[in-house]
Parts: sequence; C-alpha cells; structure tokens
Amino acid sequence: MLKILKYSFYDLMRSRWSYVYFLFYLLLGMVLLFLNNDLSKAVITLMNIIIILVPLIATIFGVMYFYNSREFTELLLAQPLKRSSIFLGQYLGVAGSLTMSLVLGLGLPFALYGLFQSGAILNFSLLILIGGLLTFIFAGLAFNIAISNENRIKGFGYAVLLWLFMAVIYDGLFLLTLIVFEEYPLDTFSLIATVFNPIDLSRILILLKLDISALLGYTGAVFKDFLGTRLGFIISGAVLLLWTLLPVWSLSAKAKRKDF
Amino acid sequence: MNLQNRHSFYLLLLLLLGVPRVWAGTIPVCGNCHARTIQQGIALAEDRDTLLIRDAVYKEYNLIIDKPLTLLGENYPVVDGQEKGEIFRIVSDHVQIQGLRIINVGVSYTSDHAAIRVVRSSNFHIEDNRFENLFFGIFLEKSSHGIVRGNQITGVARDEYNSGNGVHLWYSNNVAVTDNRIEGVRDGIYLEFSDTIRIRGNESRKNLRYGLHFMFSNDNVYTDNLFENNGAGVAVMFSKRIRMTGNRFLKNWGPASYGMLLKEINDAEISGNLFEQNTVGINIEGSNRITYIENDFVSNGWAVRVMGACYSNSFNRNNFLYNSFDLSYNSNVNDNSFEGNYWSSYSGYDLDKNGVGDIPHRPVKLFSYIVNRTPETLILLRSLFMDLIDFSERVSPVFTPDNLADPRPQIRAIK
Repeated sequence: MLKILKYSFYDLMRSRWSYVYFLFYLLLGMVLLFLNNDLSKAVITLMNIIIILVPLIATIFGVMYFYNSREFTELLLAQPLKRSSIFLGQYLGVAGSLTMSLVLGLGLPFALYGLFQSGAILNFSLLILIGGLLTFIFAGLAFNIAISNENRIKGFGYAVLLWLFMAVIYDGLFLLTLIVFEEYPLDTFSLIATVFNPIDLSRILILLKLDISALLGYTGAVFKDFLGTRLGFIISGAVLLLWTLLPVWSLSAKAKRKDF
Repeated sequence: MNLQNRHSFYLLLLLLLGVPRVWAGTIPVCGNCHARTIQQGIALAEDRDTLLIRDAVYKEYNLIIDKPLTLLGENYPVVDGQEKGEIFRIVSDHVQIQGLRIINVGVSYTSDHAAIRVVRSSNFHIEDNRFENLFFGIFLEKSSHGIVRGNQITGVARDEYNSGNGVHLWYSNNVAVTDNRIEGVRDGIYLEFSDTIRIRGNESRKNLRYGLHFMFSNDNVYTDNLFENNGAGVAVMFSKRIRMTGNRFLKNWGPASYGMLLKEINDAEISGNLFEQNTVGINIEGSNRITYIENDFVSNGWAVRVMGACYSNSFNRNNFLYNSFDLSYNSNVNDNSFEGNYWSSYSGYDLDKNGVGDIPHRPVKLFSYIVNRTPETLILLRSLFMDLIDFSERVSPVFTPDNLADPRPQIRAIK
C-alpha cells in the first residue's frame, strides 16, 4: 500500500496539479494578508475559504484522479496485490498531496507575515487541521462516487451535487426546518443536524473559537452547555474523525466487491 | 455695671464657653490608649478632631459619627463588624474616613446594612479604604458634595437576593466617585435619583449583576471606567443628558448580558468608548437623540442591537471591527442616522481614493433579522447559504429597513 501511495503521490507531483493548488493557496494567502493587513481578520476570511473551497477541490480532484488513473488501476489489479491497498494507496496519495499543498500554500505566507509571534497561531492551526480533515473526507466521498459510477459524466455530476448539497442546500433545508418548527424546542435537533454534515460541523468548530461571544448569546440551555464547554469541542472533533474514517471504510468495502 | 462693661462680660463668657475650639486635636485610638475603641474615640472627640486609629483589630459595629471628624487609619487597621449589622453611619457634614480595612458587614433581608452609610450629610470624604466580606459597601443616602475615591471593595456575592452593591447612591447629588476598584458584589456602582455625579477611573469587575447600574439619574458624567466580566454588563435606564466617554466594556458574556443596556435614555453623548468581546455591545431600547461618536466595537456578538422606539440617534465615526453582527433591528423602520463609520465587513470600493467608499454600506443583515425571530438559527452563522441570502437582501432589501445605510463608509479604520 505504501508503494502505491508513494507512486500516486509522485505521479501527482509530476502532473503539476499539486503545484497548481499549492500556488493557488499561496496566492490566496498572500492576497488575503496584503488586503487585510490584519492576521485575525484574515483568519476569519480564511475560514470561509476553507469550509467552501477545500471540499470542492477535494471532491473534483478526487473524482478526476480516479477516472484518469483507471487504466493504471486495471494494470495494478492484474498484479498479485490486495485490492484495498491499491485503492487506499491511491486515495491517501491524492488526499495527502492536496493537504500538503494546503498546509504549505497557506502556511508559508502566514508564517512569513509573523504568525508565530501573534496570538492567531492557535486559530490558524485549527483552521489548517480542519482543512486537512475536510480534504480527506471529501476526497474519500469522491472516490466512493467514482468507484460506483462507470459513467464519468454521471460521476462528476454526482460529485458536484454532493458538494453543492453539503455546502449550500443542506443549510437551506436546515434553516427552513428551523423556521417552520420555530414553536418547538429545537436545541437538540439543531445540534444533531450539524453532526450529519461535515462542512457544518467544521464551521461550528471554527465558530467555537472565533465567534464565541455571539454563540453564548443564545438562550437555549442544551446549545450553550454543548458549545460553551470543552466537551462540545471534543465531541465535534471526534465526529469529524468518524466522518474521515467512514468513506475510507466504505471505499475498501466497495473495492472488494467491485467487478472490473 | 454700665452697658459697655456688661457687653465685655458677655463677650468673655462667650469666649470661655460658647465659641468652638478653632484648633483641631488628634486623638489616638489603640489597645492601650485613652480611647480603646473607635466608639470611645468618637465620644471623646470634639468637632473637627482627628481620630488616629492605630493598627489593630476593632470589633465594633453601629458606629455613629455625628460630628465633623477625620478618621485616619494607620496601616489599614481592621474594623470587624462580626456580621452583626451596619458598621459606620455618618450623620454629620465634613466627615472623612481614610485608610481603614472594614470587614464582615452583616447581611439583612429587611435593612440595607452598609460598611459606611452617609445619611443626609455633605462634604464627606471616603478615601483609600478596603472593604471585604460586605453586604453594601458605601451607601450614600440623600447626601451631596462628597468624594469617594480610591477604595477597594471585594465581595463574595453568590446570589442576587442576599447581596448588596459596592457603591450605592440614592438621592445624592454632586458626588465624585473616582478610582475605586470593585469586585464580586451585586452591582458595582449603583445610582438611583442621583444627579450631577462624576464617575471616573473606576474598575468594576466580576460583579454578580451589573458593573454599573443607574436609573432616574440625570446629568451625570462617566469617564475612563472599566467594566469587565460582569454578570449582565452595564445597565442604564430612564435618565437624561448623560455623558459617557472613554469607558471600556469588556467580556460581558451570556444570554442576557450586555456591554451596555440603554433603556429610555435621552439626549446622551456616548463617545470614545471601547466595547470588546461582549455578547451584545450596546442594546438600545426607547432611547432618543443620542450621539455615538468614535466608539470602537470589536469582536462582539452583536455590536449594536436596536430594539425599537429609538429615534434621532446618530452614529458617526465609529469603528465596527469583526463583530458577528454589526447592527440588528427588529423592525424595518429606521429613524437613526449612520454616517462616516468604518465597517470591517464593508465590501465596496473607493475608486476616487478619497478615503470614503463609493457605494453605501448596509450594516443590517437579513440573517440578524432571522436570528431575532428564531434564535436557534444562530447555528447557521457564517454558512455559505446565509451569505447568499444576505447578499440578495443587500441588493434589494425586503425585510430590513431600506433607508438604513451608511452613505459614507470609511475605507480605513478611524484612529
């Protein structure tokens, strides 16, 4: 598996896609800092980018890579190799290289700007950590979609839809539910509803750090207990990890059964 | 005896008996002095004497100071009320109390026991005392022209119903409350029916309810105070012509907690204050003709929340930096003006480079309106969907006041 991981990783490096993403994040970080002149404000803007762009890139890139390397995958399948290690190796290669582009691309400009001397370092590391987790989650989901759809157009369609659903539509439905049932106690519901969407969950995790004063203004006891404590932070972190493991598990299960 | 002689006789008599001593004596109070207790000291003292209280523990309460005296503590002697009731009651003008450590005021559910109570007196001077384990700290009742300065009040209040206020003014006028440090009481500084008071340089922290609380108190000036981490921040109600400048309101967190709560305040000036990390920076209700100039609102949940019946207020040259919501309205009517502020959320541009944004800024988000209606939706803060809705609302306002905009948003933060 490690060999395949290494191969995928170098393959991506050679194909320059990693550089493109690295440069994209680098440019983004520089522009952000250049325009804002303020670390803590840049971190807030960065949050929006991380929870929207990172999943999009991971999804599209995951699907793209899977379809492009299909011939190579078939070649590998002919060898005496474990199926799960082939697919997991590829998946980890893609997710790993994307995460590396993210960390380096955003980390460099911020580090040069004096991140280590500022108080924003904790918030920033949390952002990067969440960005990495989201990359792994959405690359995994993308691989799942690609492996279940032979038709590329369909696969891409589903992948984009998945992102759109998680990033926008889910929140719309969520809001609608909250407004329609506003007469009922909704604390527990809204907490549970966020757990089912990794983007929402990441957003809440970051909000816990950034907008705590607003969140504490909310009167619901359940909500406040959850958000106001370390426990809430740990639980949301754990669920996010679960979200990373779930697609991987499903991928290896699918890979075992699939008939090429 | 002729007339002239009689006159000089009376004059002599007057000199011997009636005329008060013009020189002031000093009476030491200590364990083996002539006056062993403060009570004895007060009884022995003539008008305008000084009681020099030596470093010891005095277990006394219900001390009534009924003549102009100066009580001076050496090395903070302890006056221990043993939780039996009120400790000092000043009923005379020109009384000064300085350098005492007053502890253990009794809690009562029927009367407001205080460490020092001033009743119907003027020209009092309460300075540099320390108060611990108290019910009420300094209670001014129908008194005027006094100074309360440099005191440290440290309470251990747990419940609102059995705790008192740090500095309490009731029907008192022309008092200066300066440089006091107040912690752990119910309300740090409390004013009711007290006019022309100057509150300056105080630090009010970690109080159970409000750092500063006043009602029906007009023409007061509040400058350079610090209100931090109080249960419900600062509440000011039913007062006119208030000036608040250079105060800091920090970290007042909680569902019913405000940096400052304004209710029925008219013709006030609020300038140069800092509101940082409060759940609500300023909550305004039924307040008219207030000018907000050069305040900084930094990292609050809501910087300004306007609840209704607020007319002719103006916001000029304020900084709104990184608040979750800069402004929230609960209706779509607006009679307040916003001009020349800096909004960190401003997304316009400045093509002619005159430092003023070319398109007006709409500070009220649709999302803040939704959150007012259904508080649970707060969980969708900063989600892409909300940003999209906010954007469309900004382009064509339906739910938020359409005339509410800053026509001259600044491009750079105001120094």
